[in-house]
Amino acid sequence: MPPEVATATEPSGPAIADAPVAIEVRDLKKSFRIPTQRVDSLKERVVHPLAQREYRELRALDGVSFEIHQGEFFGIVGRNGSGKSTLLKLLASIYRADSGTIRMAGRLAPFIELGVGFNPELTARENIVLNGVMMGLSPREVRRRIEAIIEFAELEEFADLKLKNYSSGMLVRLAFSVMMEADADVLLIDEVLAVGDAAFQQKCSDAFREMKAQGKTIILVTHEMATVEAYCHRAMLISEGQIQSIGDPAEVGRDYLRLNFEGDGEETAEEVLHEQSADVRIVDIALQDEAGADISTIEYGKEIRLHLELEALRDLPGLDVGFLVSNADRIDVLNFGIPVGERERAREISANQRVTVEARVANHLAAGRYFVHCGINRAFGGGIALYAQDALDFLVFGGPETKGVVVPELEIEASIGEGSS
Amino acid sequence: MSAEADTRPSLPLRDVRGPSALGGGTRRFFDLLWLMSVTEFKRVYFGTVLGYLWSLIRPLALFGVLLFVFAHVLKVGSNLHNYPVILLLGIVQFTFFQEATSNAISSVVAQEGIVRKTQFPRLVIPLSTVLTAFFNFCLNLVVVFVFILAWGVTPAWTWLLYPFALLALFTLTTALSMAFSVLFVRFRDVAIIWVVGAQVLFYSTPILYPLGEKGIAKNEPQLEELLMLNPLGVIFEQIRVWILQEPRKLAPTAVEAAGGWLHLIPALVIFLSVCAYGVWVFNREAPKIAEQL
Repeated sequence: MPPEVATATEPSGPAIADAPVAIEVRDLKKSFRIPTQRVDSLKERVVHPLAQREYRELRALDGVSFEIHQGEFFGIVGRNGSGKSTLLKLLASIYRADSGTIRMAGRLAPFIELGVGFNPELTARENIVLNGVMMGLSPREVRRRIEAIIEFAELEEFADLKLKNYSSGMLVRLAFSVMMEADADVLLIDEVLAVGDAAFQQKCSDAFREMKAQGKTIILVTHEMATVEAYCHRAMLISEGQIQSIGDPAEVGRDYLRLNFEGDGEETAEEVLHEQSADVRIVDIALQDEAGADISTIEYGKEIRLHLELEALRDLPGLDVGFLVSNADRIDVLNFGIPVGERERAREISANQRVTVEARVANHLAAGRYFVHCGINRAFGGGIALYAQDALDFLVFGGPETKGVVVPELEIEASIGEGSS
Repeated sequence: MSAEADTRPSLPLRDVRGPSALGGGTRRFFDLLWLMSVTEFKRVYFGTVLGYLWSLIRPLALFGVLLFVFAHVLKVGSNLHNYPVILLLGIVQFTFFQEATSNAISSVVAQEGIVRKTQFPRLVIPLSTVLTAFFNFCLNLVVVFVFILAWGVTPAWTWLLYPFALLALFTLTTALSMAFSVLFVRFRDVAIIWVVGAQVLFYSTPILYPLGEKGIAKNEPQLEELLMLNPLGVIFEQIRVWILQEPRKLAPTAVEAAGGWLHLIPALVIFLSVCAYGVWVFNREAPKIAEQL
């Protein structure tokens, strides 16, 4: 495993900004013409020669310009229908742009979806060759790497099995391994990080870090901010076909959250993300030890006491208070919450009333750094009242060595049977 | 980390022009074409023991039925010694044409995943179906030529011209396949229309009814001329002349059947227009396929 693990979340700094440009996108535009009445056959064409002259124009991308430098790990986020998939397909030469230019240095391995082009009737070996050539390798190069690919995918015993007999996990591992070995200069990856079991995921993330270390340019398209924050040097948020923000992944992540919460309630997301909104205000949020004193480090096995005090700023029908604990890799580990107020009666919580929430959680978290986010929803599906990201952070120490994120209380036994000798 | 990034040679920026028929480099194009055709061929014909036999049985069964009906019931070719050979060769050649074009129609739509989700030279898809059918055809030809030799036909130097006739057949097949494969994306009735179209072509090509003195059109030179408007007819008739070396009266060359060189011009124009249309329409549609699927 490369030693970059600790620096994985570090921003790029000036070194990458100085690197030569790997991808240059200038004023890219793409719109789709959606016929109001679709003509699917020649017969209709002949019978109604004047039909299908009306179109609805859907602007998927509206003048997008950006640059990605060589060796950069670049994240693209956006909601469904924001235009990020269109951008990806333009970069991958699947669609043709209406106007604007894309220029790219080196060879691209497009991975819009894992396992594209796999033929279920062929064996893994045959599929690797086919897929590798699709990725731009020559058949000879693929055959040279075939053992490495099979080994990385941990499929040695199944290499001559037809793919139709593979499980979905095996397919994903195979596809991922081919991509890893394709040795492209630019990789285009769409939502493929969450594949396979935990061990294979670890392998993938190691491989990503290695590629990062080798100076490969990687574009990751996802809706999962945690991944972007964990891997990317820079990120870009697309909304309605335009670049909303570009730069530091953490900042882009906040913009993305803001965008996601917009429209759920009448107030702007800006307010929601702070410790105060039009509905409620966080008076106090803290971790406490058993004596009630505020702390920021907790020993494994002890109790985590989470204390939250809210003030209602107007009459509220009730609230749902939720906590989310995520680790340093931004993986959500714990999620719990409680409804406040009886939902049948309106105006359960009146203005200026205070609400206190106390949570006690047995600390089975593995040693490391954790973040607490606090989300407060209005009852009756009234949307988000407040979302405080990174409201708290704390360290866990002690506990057994583990590769997992939690070490639950467990009973595990082993015994050696009586042998004949 | 960044130090390593700096040591990588800076690659030149190149324009990304979007999808096209050949996009992604010629070497990759031919690698993919070859791999896809060969793997598909292997899968269909060597996946099972009967795989190849089936593909042979189909034209042979058709041959048997037609031979019985035409030679023994309708007495069309009963007075023509070479009738079974002409029939078999014609059927196997036409089977290639029909199999390739009809498989190509749905090929692009069937490979939707590849087209919509990865950068892929579009032309590879219909071309590989044509090639797969062609491999199969070549295997069938071995059987046909064994039959021809067993029938007592002696090889002649004109056999060397056969590949050129096949090249013409292959080109026409490819052009039609290209056009159909992209038209089918927009117009789904292309498949149904072509079922009828291929039938019409089969009967308007001299396969069942040989031309010449003992053929069906012996008293109607206009009919022979008409048949020579069909490029397939020209190709098939010329192949018969080259392979079987029958007396001239029995087997007129394409030129003789058409009634002179000038009368072959319409067939040539049709041939060239079909080829040009296939290339043109494929090139026009190729960049847009992914959006229309």
